[in-house]
Formats: sequence, C-alpha cells, structure tokens
Amino acid sequence: MYLTIDGIEKSFKNEKKESIKVLDKINIEVEKGSFVSIVGPSGCGKSTLLYLIAGLDKADTGEIRVAGKKVVKPGPERVVVFQEAGLFPWLTVLENVTYGLKLKKMPKEEAKAKALDILKMVHLSRYVDSYPHQLSGGMKQRVAIARALVMEPDILLMDEPFSALDEQTRMVLHKELLEIWRKTKVTIFFVTHNIREAVQLSEKIIVFATRPGKIKETISVPSMKDGVMPDSVTLHTEQRVLSILQEEIEKVLKEEMGNDYSFKTNHIHRDDSGDMGSHI
Amino acid sequence: MIAGIWEVTSRLSSLPDFMFPSLTQVLETLFKGLMSGQITEAIGKSLGRILIGFMIAIIVGLILGYFIWRFKLVEDTLGFVVTALQSIPSIVWFPLAIIWFGLNDFSILFIVTIGATWTMTVNATSGFRNVPQLYQRVAKTYGSTGFHFLRTVILPASVPQIISGLRIAWAFSWRALMAGELLGGGGGLGQLLEMGRSLGQMDLVISVMIIIAIIGTIVDNVVFSRLERNVQLKWGVK
Repeated sequence: MYLTIDGIEKSFKNEKKESIKVLDKINIEVEKGSFVSIVGPSGCGKSTLLYLIAGLDKADTGEIRVAGKKVVKPGPERVVVFQEAGLFPWLTVLENVTYGLKLKKMPKEEAKAKALDILKMVHLSRYVDSYPHQLSGGMKQRVAIARALVMEPDILLMDEPFSALDEQTRMVLHKELLEIWRKTKVTIFFVTHNIREAVQLSEKIIVFATRPGKIKETISVPSMKDGVMPDSVTLHTEQRVLSILQEEIEKVLKEEMGNDYSFKTNHIHRDDSGDMGSHI
Repeated sequence: MIAGIWEVTSRLSSLPDFMFPSLTQVLETLFKGLMSGQITEAIGKSLGRILIGFMIAIIVGLILGYFIWRFKLVEDTLGFVVTALQSIPSIVWFPLAIIWFGLNDFSILFIVTIGATWTMTVNATSGFRNVPQLYQRVAKTYGSTGFHFLRTVILPASVPQIISGLRIAWAFSWRALMAGELLGGGGGLGQLLEMGRSLGQMDLVISVMIIIAIIGTIVDNVVFSRLERNVQLKWGVK
C-alpha cells in the first residue's frame, strides 16, 4: 500500500491535565493515485490525523508509512494545503510557489518555469507578480494548491481547504481540483466536514466517529467513466454518510447541550422525486 | 505666527540678548555654524556614533530576542531581566560607564547602545513569538529548518513588529546620545549645547536644538515611516 496508517493512537492533555484520547487505533490503507476523504463531526481528530501524516505532530503509538518510508518529520514529499492558504505575505505569488523548489536546491530558471506551468494550470498566469493580499480567497487557495503541486509530492494532504470559501468559489475549485487530480494522478488525502464535498470529490470516504476518534465506516463512492455522476447516486451516498454520522452528531450535541437534545436528519437533502425507487 | 511672537517678545523682553535671543539672531548663528563647519562637524560626529550604537543594538537585540523566544529557560531568566533593564533610562548607566571605560567616546557609545538594545530585544521577542503558527507549519512541510527557517519565515514575518521596535529604539538612543554628549563631551551636538551654555550663547543652544529636532523628524518621518509604509503596502495591511 502506498500510505499505511498502522495502529495510530494519540492523546492530548486538557486544562485539568487529564489525558483525552483523540485518535484510537486508526488503521487506514490508501492506494497510490487515489482520492480519499475523511469526514466526521468537529473535534473527531481528523485534522490531527492529517498533521500526523504530515509529520507536524507525533503519535503516541503506531506508525505511518508513505511510499515505504516511515514518517518522522515534515517533508516536501507530504505537503499540506491548509484551511487558510498560509501564503507568505512578503513574497509574490511566484516566489511563494517557488519557495519549496528553492529549498530543494533547484536551479532558479527551472524552478520558475515549473512554477509558471503550475500557475497556468490553476489559471493564475496573470497574477504571478501580485502579492497575496491582492488576491481573493479562492485565488489564494489556488496559489496554495499550486505551491503544493509544484513539489510533485507523494501525497497531497488537504485540511478543509475550501471551507473558508463561498459556495460558488468552492464549486469552481471542486471542479478544478478534480481536473488537476486526473491530470497529475497525485494521491490526495482530504479532510472535510462537508459531506457533499467528500462525495463529489473522492473515491473513498472514511467516516470518523468522535471521542475518541476512530473509523466508523469506509464507503466507496461509485464513480462513472466520464467523472460525472447522476444526482441520484451522489444523493444516495450523501444520505448514507449522513445516516452514519447522525449518531455521532447527536453524541456531540448531547455533550454540549444536555441529554434531552435530539437531532433528526431524516428530512435533510430530500429531492423532489422522493423515495420512488431513486436509490435502487 | 510662532516665529512672529518669538521675534517680538524677544525684542521687547527685558532679558538680555544672550539669554533670550531673537529668531533672526538664532538663524544667523545657525547659518554661520553650518557654513563654518562647527555644527556640521558636530552633526557628523553625533550621527556616526548613533549609527554604530544603533547597529550594535539591533544585532544584539535580535540575537537576544531569538534566544528568549527559542528557549524557555532563557525566557524565564533573561527575559525577566530585560524587562527590568528596559525600565532603566539609559543615561543612568553613565556613571557606571565612566568608571568602566573612562570619560570617553566609548562610554557614550555604550549608553547609546544600551538605550536601544533592551527595547529592540523586547520587540524582537514579541515579533518572533507572534509569527503565525500557520506560516511555521507551511515552511516546515516544505522542508525548511534551522537557519533557513529563521531567515525565510521567522524574520520576514516579524518585520512589522521589528520596525516599530526600531522606531522606539531610535528615539531612546537619540535621547541617550544627547545626554551622553552633554555630559561626556568628545564632540557632537550634545557637547555643542554644553559649549553654548558655558559661553553664554543661547543662540547657539537654540540652533543646536533646532538641528536636533530636524534630524529627529527626518529620521522618524522619512526613514521609519517609509519603511513602515512599504511593508504595509506589500502586505496589504491598513
């Protein structure tokens, strides 16, 4: 397997110095070139898991291997696209994108040519010399994706990359990300709390249970040859994920608002056609 | 308006000319001083001193700031001392400096440096500390470590705070310089003030005060404001 997560456990200390388990015996295997999403309620440790893969944090037990190498520290073969783009405001778009290449000691001209290629792919050729503050949120996130892709990473880690964007921008970026993924065949590990996003983008969805975070279920998303899925299929998958998550969402809400609170998700995302055999 | 009032009151007042010179007299002395090189020479000497002292203070401040930011132990010990030292006006160091180094250039340089160092240290520390976690994480995932990490992330990300530190540090060392020169001699604008006093030439004293004000304004408004504005433009912060 390309990415192997083997028996990962992780605990944090809370204010009372009690140990809180956030990840419990996580085992995941991801094939090269696949697109895997993790969905789960907030606080289920999905971002923590991503940081562990990135090497930004250390697990208590277990090990993670990417392309056969054990993860011990952060490295350019496992780049992360964060929720906020995290572009360096003191560098231009081009300089931001070549930041990692220069670290790799790539010759200047080669790095520039490569960066311009990638920026063209994310449709930002006109903004190479702009500073990040001159860009919109969606453009910033595109630069962040370009900056990550230019490194030709083994795996691209994305931590809720589109959740701070408005709906239209998000839709456009979904489409572009899928195009990029098909073109570059990069392995993507995508963390989100947006079920629809996970269903539309990924081949495999891992649903997380919360407190402690563990894998509740793994769902394969049926995919079509041309990449366009009928609404009924996505809708059905969405509902399945939602029904799995329902129990978890309820658990979180009960913890926050008391035991008499109940949350029913039956009426969400019902389309006009009703249940007239639409998911047979 | 002020010039007019000054001119009139000085001419009408019962104080003798050398105590309360008129504006025209002051301007004349100023012009002569600049022409004869007396004032220009003093300016050169003072600026030379402050530039050296200021440079040392920046470098020492950044290094100390780095250690305080990086190591908890240093923060608990030195960090506290620096805060205490910062509250001591630098001229207070002068008696010690005279005993240690003698009444010479070096003593003045010492208090100029010390005046700026602590402020610089405090600002550098908080600048480094406020570098967003996000930038640090990004840089680390791209494989940046050690000195490269400092040079390409920590330093540039704390530039805004460092500039405001420079500004305050400059004001402190400029004051320290004048006080030091006034007491310690060795040429420079401060000594020229002292000379004006002992010769009973208030026109010279006021001329020097004008020069001090002009240099202070130029540095603040031209050098630091421009630096600050450049950074703000580039970063897009209001």
